[in-house]
Amino acid sequence: MTILLILAVLVLVAIAIWQMTKIFELSQIRAVDSQIANDRDNKYNGYLLFLFLIFIYGITIFSFWKYGKFLLPEAASAHGGEYDQLMLVSFIIIFFVQTLTQLLLHYFGYKYRGQKGKKALYYADNDRLEFIWTIIPVIVLAGLILWGLYTWTNIMDINDEDDPLIVELYAQQFNWTARYAGDDNVLGAANVRMIDIDKANILGIDESDSYAKDDIIVKELHLPVGRKVNFKMRSQDVLHSAYMPHFRAQMNCVPGMTTQFSFTPTITTADMRLKPDVVDKVKRTNAIRAEKAAAGVENSDPWEFDYILLCNKICGKSHYNMQMKIIVEEEEEYNKWLAEQQTFAQTMASVQ
Amino acid sequence: MSATAHAHIEDHADDHGHHHKETFVTKYIFSQDHKMISKQYLITGLIMGFVGIAMSLMFRMQLAWPGESFPLFEAFLGDWAPNGVMDADIYLALVTIHGTIMVFFVLTAGLSGTFSNLLIPLQIGARDMASGFLNMVSYWLFFLSSVIMVLSLFVEAGPASAGWTIYPPLSALPMAQAGSGMGMTLWLVSMAIFIASSLLGSLNYIVTVINLRTKGMSMTRLPLTIWAFLVTAIIGVVSFPVLLSAALLLIMDRSFGTSFFLSDIFIQGEVLHYQGGSPVLYEHLFWFLGHPEVYIVLLPALGITSEVMSTNARKPIFGYRAMIASIIAIAFLSTIVWGHHMFISGMNPFLGSVFTFTTLLIAIPSAVKAFNYITTLWKGNLQLNPAMLFSIGLVSTFITGGLTGIILGDSTLDINVHDTYFVVAHFHLVMGISALYGLFAGVYHWFPKMFEGKMMNKNLGYVHFWITAICAYGVFFPMHFVGMAGVPRRYYENTAFPMYDELTDVQVLMTVFALIAGLAQLVFLYNFISSMFYGKKGPQNPWNSNTLEWTAPQEHMHGNWPGAIPHVHRWAYDYSKTDEHGEYIIPGQDFVPQNIPMKEDEEELHH
Repeated sequence: MTILLILAVLVLVAIAIWQMTKIFELSQIRAVDSQIANDRDNKYNGYLLFLFLIFIYGITIFSFWKYGKFLLPEAASAHGGEYDQLMLVSFIIIFFVQTLTQLLLHYFGYKYRGQKGKKALYYADNDRLEFIWTIIPVIVLAGLILWGLYTWTNIMDINDEDDPLIVELYAQQFNWTARYAGDDNVLGAANVRMIDIDKANILGIDESDSYAKDDIIVKELHLPVGRKVNFKMRSQDVLHSAYMPHFRAQMNCVPGMTTQFSFTPTITTADMRLKPDVVDKVKRTNAIRAEKAAAGVENSDPWEFDYILLCNKICGKSHYNMQMKIIVEEEEEYNKWLAEQQTFAQTMASVQ
Repeated sequence: MSATAHAHIEDHADDHGHHHKETFVTKYIFSQDHKMISKQYLITGLIMGFVGIAMSLMFRMQLAWPGESFPLFEAFLGDWAPNGVMDADIYLALVTIHGTIMVFFVLTAGLSGTFSNLLIPLQIGARDMASGFLNMVSYWLFFLSSVIMVLSLFVEAGPASAGWTIYPPLSALPMAQAGSGMGMTLWLVSMAIFIASSLLGSLNYIVTVINLRTKGMSMTRLPLTIWAFLVTAIIGVVSFPVLLSAALLLIMDRSFGTSFFLSDIFIQGEVLHYQGGSPVLYEHLFWFLGHPEVYIVLLPALGITSEVMSTNARKPIFGYRAMIASIIAIAFLSTIVWGHHMFISGMNPFLGSVFTFTTLLIAIPSAVKAFNYITTLWKGNLQLNPAMLFSIGLVSTFITGGLTGIILGDSTLDINVHDTYFVVAHFHLVMGISALYGLFAGVYHWFPKMFEGKMMNKNLGYVHFWITAICAYGVFFPMHFVGMAGVPRRYYENTAFPMYDELTDVQVLMTVFALIAGLAQLVFLYNFISSMFYGKKGPQNPWNSNTLEWTAPQEHMHGNWPGAIPHVHRWAYDYSKTDEHGEYIIPGQDFVPQNIPMKEDEEELHH
């Protein structure tokens, strides 16, 4: 029924437009029924091009004003600050160029709208102009490339300096598991061929590997603030991507190989919750959730800010809900939490 | 321009006199005439476009109102939308098939196929394509692949749903996803046929442009449309075979137990035998086509824009040689930037550095093109026909979408926006919307050439353009902010993350704009169909254009020109050219078609 209604509306809209154009055509004094733009078309569309320029500026300002606050809060990792700065500079360049070129394009469209008898300027080329707008992008892009590559090399240089914490992120449809390397800070060998569901060895860890004994397997990621973490990513089935937006960190998890990423968390979860923009975000979000709860929508309890690990590579039906909580805390709290967890050896012993 | 080619053309010139008896089948179905084939491409492309856009509207509704029940879903999706609520699997299927259809079937075949076929012979002064038969085969393979792709929508377990990039292992294992069974098989078969079609078409275009130019049509007198089609065809020939190899290896992994892309997989309680393959290899092979594909889509649109903009500005295109150089530079660079899709795929970070470098280089010729378009408008006498508006719109979205490429092409900045809505916004503006505008510009501009002089209604064209232009920005501009907030693409709903709750409003705004934009396309559809049947005939050269296609009579005939093929004496952009007294070269007429010989005292004012 609704479809019929929608179809009827569509047909009516089409008829309305058709009739409107008919009226418009009939109202034109000159009876020439030409489908080629005349001075009148040029004039109106010239004005519209100018209005469209204002629309583009308008939607830009509107989006910043209305949606600017939705962007991710301050980076919570050591390299994140540099990332954000590079992003900011790139954006300033982009908006400068965008504002200028759109102005020229649409203003020219308006200014030089056609009139009968007007003569266009025959202007085929100018080497100096071409040179100018080749060399300026070259210089600007060279700067961005150098800065970007310098930062990239630093971020991607994953080494064992500064005693990093070694953590494995293990992906499967549709959840995450983390494995800490334990006291020896070395992960035990593992392969999907050693997975033994009956013994709850879900990560396929080699039971005979002595490095594996003290490994700790958890479903919530705790990280001590200020200590470098080297992540080793694995996947057991399809591609996944470990995306930690608050830390400006992401790496794909590829079955058959181990990938890695490294960062140093700099802001604890507790501190992050106190940042003014995070406080505001939580307030806004909880207002929405309260409304939903009042309307009886499920899953709309009040929310508290937490760092999060999401899957960001299409991985199947429940891709949209593959997440793990990340908690950044002080060293002591972290150690206390870690001491409460079972080691792999303990888990194996308890099963047998 | 070999002498033999000439002799051949001259021979052929005598041919047209006697008319072959054409039956309905040879004229409308298995036609070998490039004009008919171009119309077949266009109409097939538009039908596929209708399907692709309808799908996007459905999943946009799901994103704006997650979990809401719509009778529309139940009507179209049936069992995949129990009680009108869209299922998560079919959401992914819709996203996948939308991408596939729009990229390959609409913007590759529908755009390049249509206009390469229509314009190459007409603008270079040839009787037809080098091989009419291969051209026909090319179209029918395209048609076959379209049919298979559409049929795959009716497979019981659902069509392919691993994203249009169909990364294995997700696409290789039916246990990983319902759509990776029969649906994916049909997807691969359809694409393999599509690639064959594309290769036959491209080879034909290349040979035709190189061999069949009329007398005087040197490479530097070719309209920029032809340059764009030629270069597009070349990158198609270079890169499509690599996609075919990726598809073949994937078929073998899926059906014959090989391990090219698969290794160490444990799924649904069992270890699979695959050992030693790598999904990253697949990504390399896919993007070796995938990235040039962006330019296969975009270059023809830019070529069309160059031609339409120059004609309607009544000015030569600014920097003709710089435009050609840019097209070639973009084409070359496009084949060595594919790795920027894979910065965080697990490939060596040093490779990432190299690809960042090449990727940002490609911004330079793109910037040159944008500035040249803007300068072409400067001091023009702009005839704001619908085609012209779409061309200006193209430059606008090309700039807006292209600029954010500076962020995504930078390996560092890509880390946090990779695979978020920021990417979706970027590529929809820069290649989706821009290429669609190019397609529309081409249709409005060359409709009279396709349909024997009939013109499309300009007022409906204006309505179509302005609604589409506003809605395109309305959908994709706010989308950048969703991406910067960290929302991943291909999420069935964002309700599992309270941090995205406040972004639902943005999703609603985008969806409303998308729905209105969808309706505006019905205006185009109506205009297209009614003009096809009832459109009024316009003059032979409605836009006062210089290129050769307008010297051919409106009535379609085998061989294009009734008499000898016109010879070319000048480039295609002598608009508003004046002599030293400031008078037009042809008094009272601000354009000099390519077939008009140079006046005695006339100078070539361009280089």
